Amino acid sequence: MSSWRPPGRRSPYLVEIVTAACLIAAPFVLPYLGSAPNTVNRILVWGLFGIGFDILFGYTGLLSFGQSALYGTGGFVAAYLLTRTGFHHVTTALVIGMVAAAFVGYLVGLVALRRTGIYFAMITVAIAEVFFFVEFNPLADWTGGENGLPGVPTPSFDLGFTKLDFTTGWSLYPYLAFWFFVGIVIGLRIVRSPVGAIFRAIRENPLRAAAVGHSIHGYKLTAFVVAAAYAGFAGGLLGVMQAFMPPDAFMFDTSGQLVMQTAIGGQGTLFGPLVGAAVWLFLQDFLQATLKLGATWKLVLGLVFVLLVCFLRQGIIGGLRDLVRLVGHKKGPVVEPAQPAPVHHAPNPPIPMRGRRRTTEHGEGPILQATGLSKHYGGVIANADISFAVNRGEIRGIIGPNGAGKSTFFKMLTCEVHPTSGKIVFEGRDITGMSVTDVCQLGLTKSYQVNQLFNRLTVRENVTVAALGYLRGKFRLDLLRSMSSVPGLEDQVEHTLGLVGLLARRDVPVAELAYGEKRRLEIALALASSPTLLLLDEPLAGMSPSERVETVRLLKSIALGRTMIVIDHDMDAIFELAGRITVLQEGRVLVEGSPEEIRGDARVQEAYLGGMDEAA
Amino acid sequence: MLNWSNFVSQLINGLALGALLALISSGLTIIYGTLGVLNLAHGAMFMLGGYAGYAAWEATHSFTVAVISGALALMVFGLVMERVVIRYFYGRPHEDQLLVTFGLAMVIVEAVRFFYGSETRLVPAPDVLNGVVSLGFMIYPKYRLVLVGIVAAALLALFIVLYRTRLGMIVRAGIEDPVMVDSLGIDVYRVFMVVFGIGAMAAGFAGIVNAPVVSLTPEVGEAILVQTFVVVVIGGVGSFPGAVLGGLIAGEIISITSMVNPGYAYVMLFAAMTLVLMVRPHGLLGTPGRE
Repeated sequence: MSSWRPPGRRSPYLVEIVTAACLIAAPFVLPYLGSAPNTVNRILVWGLFGIGFDILFGYTGLLSFGQSALYGTGGFVAAYLLTRTGFHHVTTALVIGMVAAAFVGYLVGLVALRRTGIYFAMITVAIAEVFFFVEFNPLADWTGGENGLPGVPTPSFDLGFTKLDFTTGWSLYPYLAFWFFVGIVIGLRIVRSPVGAIFRAIRENPLRAAAVGHSIHGYKLTAFVVAAAYAGFAGGLLGVMQAFMPPDAFMFDTSGQLVMQTAIGGQGTLFGPLVGAAVWLFLQDFLQATLKLGATWKLVLGLVFVLLVCFLRQGIIGGLRDLVRLVGHKKGPVVEPAQPAPVHHAPNPPIPMRGRRRTTEHGEGPILQATGLSKHYGGVIANADISFAVNRGEIRGIIGPNGAGKSTFFKMLTCEVHPTSGKIVFEGRDITGMSVTDVCQLGLTKSYQVNQLFNRLTVRENVTVAALGYLRGKFRLDLLRSMSSVPGLEDQVEHTLGLVGLLARRDVPVAELAYGEKRRLEIALALASSPTLLLLDEPLAGMSPSERVETVRLLKSIALGRTMIVIDHDMDAIFELAGRITVLQEGRVLVEGSPEEIRGDARVQEAYLGGMDEAA
Repeated sequence: MLNWSNFVSQLINGLALGALLALISSGLTIIYGTLGVLNLAHGAMFMLGGYAGYAAWEATHSFTVAVISGALALMVFGLVMERVVIRYFYGRPHEDQLLVTFGLAMVIVEAVRFFYGSETRLVPAPDVLNGVVSLGFMIYPKYRLVLVGIVAAALLALFIVLYRTRLGMIVRAGIEDPVMVDSLGIDVYRVFMVVFGIGAMAAGFAGIVNAPVVSLTPEVGEAILVQTFVVVVIGGVGSFPGAVLGGLIAGEIISITSMVNPGYAYVMLFAAMTLVLMVRPHGLLGTPGRE
């Protein structure tokens, strides 16, 4: 899980510089190691193909078996232009092929991304197969069917004073290396951009990524199109490299090989596919030529792959990284144990962050009004005819015995589930039936009863993803923008972390946090999107008494300038925090009033202690 | 030529292919529904069933022995594969499960190629089932008609196991709510193992009974796997009736399109899948939630 690093810790272009140096050195070094130039060239094409795929799979978490469709599309469009139409400019043809593949990727993505998980994988398998058959039969007149398209020219550039010809072997290498380098530079910019951060968030927890205001469908489609563009360009290069566009580019095996190479090299690294391709192709040469295994090489590679997936899931790069870390830990100074830092008490407490200001202030009147809200699950009635209004600036407590329908009620207010009937109005706008993402963008979000965090990201990255939802809106294609140039991001993240007392733990991965810290981060994620109305679903659940005191203090400090609705079972905390309290029982509003009224209400006592009479 | 008897014979071909796809897909779908693992090696298991049967046929020249051996060999293979590999992947992400079963598929295919080479192998149907039958206005290969019956019987057997036995009840309950089944004190691991075995057996059985119709090659499973996925997407993941319905639809689409232009068979299949995804994203008989 490579992460964007705070600027200044090391040269920001280190990776790019090392890559360039390696690419330049390769033709001088590799021949002495016995590498055939054509193998090196093939590795570069697979590596470039894989950068896009890694963005899709390693970063966004979408395992596609359909990349061959896009590789073939780009390759055949470019090859067709160059062999059948009299078009001679190789690079332009490759770019046209790339655009065609990206466009096809967009259409295919619209279908495939209708579903997630294994459905997505199954649909992409079907897509790969369809494209293969279409290339072979209906489009055989254009693609040459099973013969492919021979005679793809190689690039040459007339610079006036000299002519650059790239032909084959090491002569073609600089051309391929140049494009691989361009691919890596762009890939690195993408994964370091705000979009890249959101890609990782989608991989870790799509539900929460949507809840902090990101259009995950839009970003998934973006990742798909980016991967398609890389595939298309690499497909074109395949034709150039072989002087022939082979129909097997479209074969399902191509997709499979790409997936396996990426897993072998290490996903989520951008370089994994290159490393995997090198291992794959060298092993293939070695097993076939040196050990004379013939066709059995695939069996050996298959076994190696299965063992790798079983025991070294992070691939070669991941394995090396763990090894380096292990050695580093042993030699380095004793790392302070990952014990929870005490809640940070700055001498000057941070200025509480206010909710966002709306241009359309409604001044008076309720900020949120629900009327006749009901939710049925089959025959089970979770909520029935709830009418509920919260005024601007209020802290409202919601209590009720287990199973009273509190969480379902919250889910309806944030549009995670849609009511069977009824209407929800937020700041004068009817939000019934809107998506949780849109509602978050309007300034209404919630912290979850069960932590919904981005587990393999650090604390800072978690909060950054939430802050981006507020600062950038639902969807924006700033693929090449650096994280540090998003105005206000640094402040928003630091401020939020300061409020919840996690500044000292900002670079720790979520998985290493103590439970209480995770609960505070959960609140921070909701807070970072600057909601005007913040819903907190059992923020104190599972906390120790001292943590509860701290959290109640935290909740009070963030209540300034915003409206909050809090569900909790901790009566003392609710009575301390809330100005008014709504009691739910069996899916209905039992009573509503000030803490004093609730405390003295016989029906409330009955609700909590109820059933005693009947049992007696 | 498009004529009446041609059309009817393609309809029956579609029925045979559809029934076969239904059987393979049921195996895939109950495995996924119960274990939560999408088995990318399912097509390879179909192929392996064919070769296991072929090995038995070579030894005995009895088709019955071949069918029984193919099915049983795959049942055992499934039990072993679950115990040795799949079991360790329940707690891992879906992608890992996909990767490992994909790798296993490759290993199975290449291992078969290692022993039997790439050339085609044919298991002939028994003599009594060879030849053609006259349906009055047309003639039709006898074995293909019988095949529809055999596969229908296998589907019925699977139905009985799933809907009329205690194991079937547990499996169906597990598809609905695996956590609940676990907390009822049922040894889910043993159930998982048996389910994987049954799913593998369904694929293996389909592989051997189809061998007299389509000759065996190590790649024969790949195309089947893709068709099976389409069937499951159309029918709805985890749904046995959905697999049967989806199988019949897919079989007919492939057959009828092939009559006009075989090149478009997959295009039409894919179009049907897209249509279902647009209109009923959870499949015709699937329910939301299991993903």
